[in-house]
Amino acid sequence: MTDYELVIIGGGPAGLAAGISARKNGIERILILERDKELGGILNQCIHNGFGLHTFQEELTGPEYADRYIQEVRKLRIECRLNTMVLDISPERKVTAVNPSDGMFEIQAQAVILAMGCRERPRGALNIPGYRPAGIFSAGTAQRLVNIEGYMPGKEVVILGSGDIGLIMARRMTLEGASVKAVAELMPYSSGLKRNIVQCLDDYGIPLMLSHTVVRIWGKERLEGITLAEVDEKGRPIPGTEEEISCDTLLLSVGLIPENELSKDCGIVLDPSTKGPEVNESLETTSEGIFACGNVLHVHDLVDYVSEEAELAGKYAAQYIKESKASQPVECIKEGKNGQSAVYRKEDKSSRPAELIREIRLIPESGVSYTVPQKISPARMPEQVTVRFRVRSIFHRCSVGVYFGERCIVQKKRLIMAPGEMESIMLSREKLREFPEIKTITIRIEEQMEEA
Amino acid sequence: MELHKFICINCPLGCSLQVEVEGADIISISGNTCKRGEVYARNEVTNPVRVVTSTIKVIGGEQGVVSVKTKDPVPKDKIAACMEEIKKITVKAPVHIKDVAAKNIAGTKTEVVVTKEVREI
Ligand SMILES: Cc1cc2nc3c(=O)[nH]c(=O)nc-3n(C[C@H](O)[C@H](O)[C@H](O)COP(=O)(O)OP(=O)(O)OC[C@H]3O[C@@H](n4cnc5c(N)ncnc54)[C@H](O)[C@@H]3O)c2cc1C
Ligand code: SF4
Repeated sequence: MTDYELVIIGGGPAGLAAGISARKNGIERILILERDKELGGILNQCIHNGFGLHTFQEELTGPEYADRYIQEVRKLRIECRLNTMVLDISPERKVTAVNPSDGMFEIQAQAVILAMGCRERPRGALNIPGYRPAGIFSAGTAQRLVNIEGYMPGKEVVILGSGDIGLIMARRMTLEGASVKAVAELMPYSSGLKRNIVQCLDDYGIPLMLSHTVVRIWGKERLEGITLAEVDEKGRPIPGTEEEISCDTLLLSVGLIPENELSKDCGIVLDPSTKGPEVNESLETTSEGIFACGNVLHVHDLVDYVSEEAELAGKYAAQYIKESKASQPVECIKEGKNGQSAVYRKEDKSSRPAELIREIRLIPESGVSYTVPQKISPARMPEQVTVRFRVRSIFHRCSVGVYFGERCIVQKKRLIMAPGEMESIMLSREKLREFPEIKTITIRIEEQMEEA
Repeated sequence: MELHKFICINCPLGCSLQVEVEGADIISISGNTCKRGEVYARNEVTNPVRVVTSTIKVIGGEQGVVSVKTKDPVPKDKIAACMEEIKKITVKAPVHIKDVAAKNIAGTKTEVVVTKEVREI
C-alpha cells in the first residue's frame, strides 16, 4: 500500500483547485484520482462562454477555464492518475481504486478531499406514462454527445426542465440546425440563470413554457412526440390544457444530485437538503480528515464559487495534515481563551478541551433551504466564514435575517432572491465570540413573500 | 415607432426593459431600476453582440471534434452566417488553445479560435 499525505477524488475544477491550494500550503505528496481519460470534469463539455468572470475577470469557455487549472497542476507537479475509478474510502482514509494499468490498488492518505461533482437525476425518476422509445436523453448526455463526440441526437427537440444545462442545450441544438420547439418548466419560474434565458431562448425565439410538464410520450421505437399540459400550483396537470408536439428528441434537464455513493459507504453524514456531506467551517465532513468541495458538497451554478470553495478545502486539509503531524508523537498544545494552554491529542476528539469541540449549528428556516457549512466551531474558525445558502422560492423585497439564538444580529435587505442564485453571508469570529453561550445560528428570509 | 422589449441580465432582478425606437433614434428607455439596465438596453438596440461557441472537426485527434469560439463578440444577426462557415472548418491534430481556425469569419473581422487542447493519436 502506498502512502500519500493528501488524496483528492475527482479531477474537475474542484479537485484541481483543491490540489493547487494544498500544494501552495506546503503539502508535498498529493495525488489526484480521476475516472475520466482527461482532467477538467464537466467543464470539458461546457463549450459555451461565461466562465471565470469572477476569478479571471474575463469570459472563458469551460475547457479554457479548466485548462488554466490543468496547466497550474502540471507546473506544480501534482501527481494525477487518469482512468482511475475510486471504489471505496474507509473512515481511516484508506482509498481503494482501480485502473487498467495498475489494476486494483490501495492508498493510505492522511487527508482526503471529496471532489466527485454531481450527476443528473436519472430519467427513471420521472413519472411520465408511455413507452420509453429512443430519443430521450438527459441534457448533460446530449451535451456530451454534441460537444465531445460530435454527434447530433435529433432534429426536432423539446426540453423538459429549464435548468442551465437545458437552456444551454436549447441554443446549442438550434445552432447545429435542430428545431427546438419548447422548453417546458414545471415550476412557475425557471431555475436557470437569467442570462441563459435571454441568450439561449429569447435570442432564438424559443418559447419557455412555465408551469408546464410532459404528460405523455408518443412513439414505440423512436420518439414521435409528446403531450404538454399546464399544471396547477400543486404541480398537477390541468385537464383540457393538453397540447401535442411532434418531436424526435426529448431532453431532460431536471436537476443535479451530488455524487455521494462513496461518502455514504464511508459512513459520512449527508445533509438531506443539499444531498452532500454535512461539513463544518473547515469543510471537513463528519469523518475526521475527510473534506469536501464543489458540486459533491452542494450543486453550484458558477464554477468560480467552486474554485473558491475548493481553495479553502485544500488549505484546511493542508492545515489538518500539518497539525496531525505535529501531534502524532504525543500531544498538541493549544492556546486557550485566557492565555492558559490546554494539552490534547489531535486524533481523539473527546480529549480536546470543551472550547475547541464546541460547535454551533446553522439552522436554515422560513425560506432558506440549506446552508453550507452546517456547523461552525468558534474556536477553530478563521476571522470570517462565508456561509452559502439557497432560498426555496422567489422572494421580492425581503431581508435575510441572521439570529444568534433568539437575537437578530444581521438584517440584509434584498430586492429579489431566487432559488437559481446561490446566496452568501459572512460570519465574523469576533461577533461570534461576543456570544459565548449560543448553540444555534438561524438564517431566515423575512417580510412579504410573493411568487414571481 | 417601434417598441423593443428585453429582460435585463445584469442582475437577478431581471427588469423588463422597454425601448421606444424611431428610425435610428432611441426615444425612451423604461422599466429599468438602475443605470446598468439603461446601458444594456441601449446596446441591445443599437449593437447587440454575442460570442459564438461551437465545435469543428479534428482529423487524427484523441477527440473527433474540438470546441471553438469567436475571439470577439459578433453582431447578433451574423450568428447564423458564422455558424454556416464554422461548420465547414476542419483542423488537423494536435490543436492548442488560441490556435486560429479561421479568420474574418462571415466578414465580421473576427477570428475563430480553438478553446481546447486535443492531442494527436
Ligand atoms: C451543463 C453545465 C453548464 C454549466 N454552465 C456554467 C456556466 O455557464 N458558468 C459557470 O460558471 N458554471 C457553469 N456550470 C457549473 C460548473 O461547471 C460546475 O459547478 C463545476 O464544473 C463543478 O466542478 P466539480 O469539480 O465539483 O465537479 P465536476 O466538474 O463534475 O468534476 C468531478 C470529477 O470527479 C470525477 N469523479 C467522480 N466520481 C469519481 C470516482 N469515484 N473516482 C474518480 N473520479 C471520480 C468525475 O469524472 C469528474 O471529472 C455548469 C455546469 C454544468 C453541468
Ligand atoms: S436594470 Fe438594474 S436592477 Fe434591473 S435587472 Fe438590470 S441591473 Fe438589475
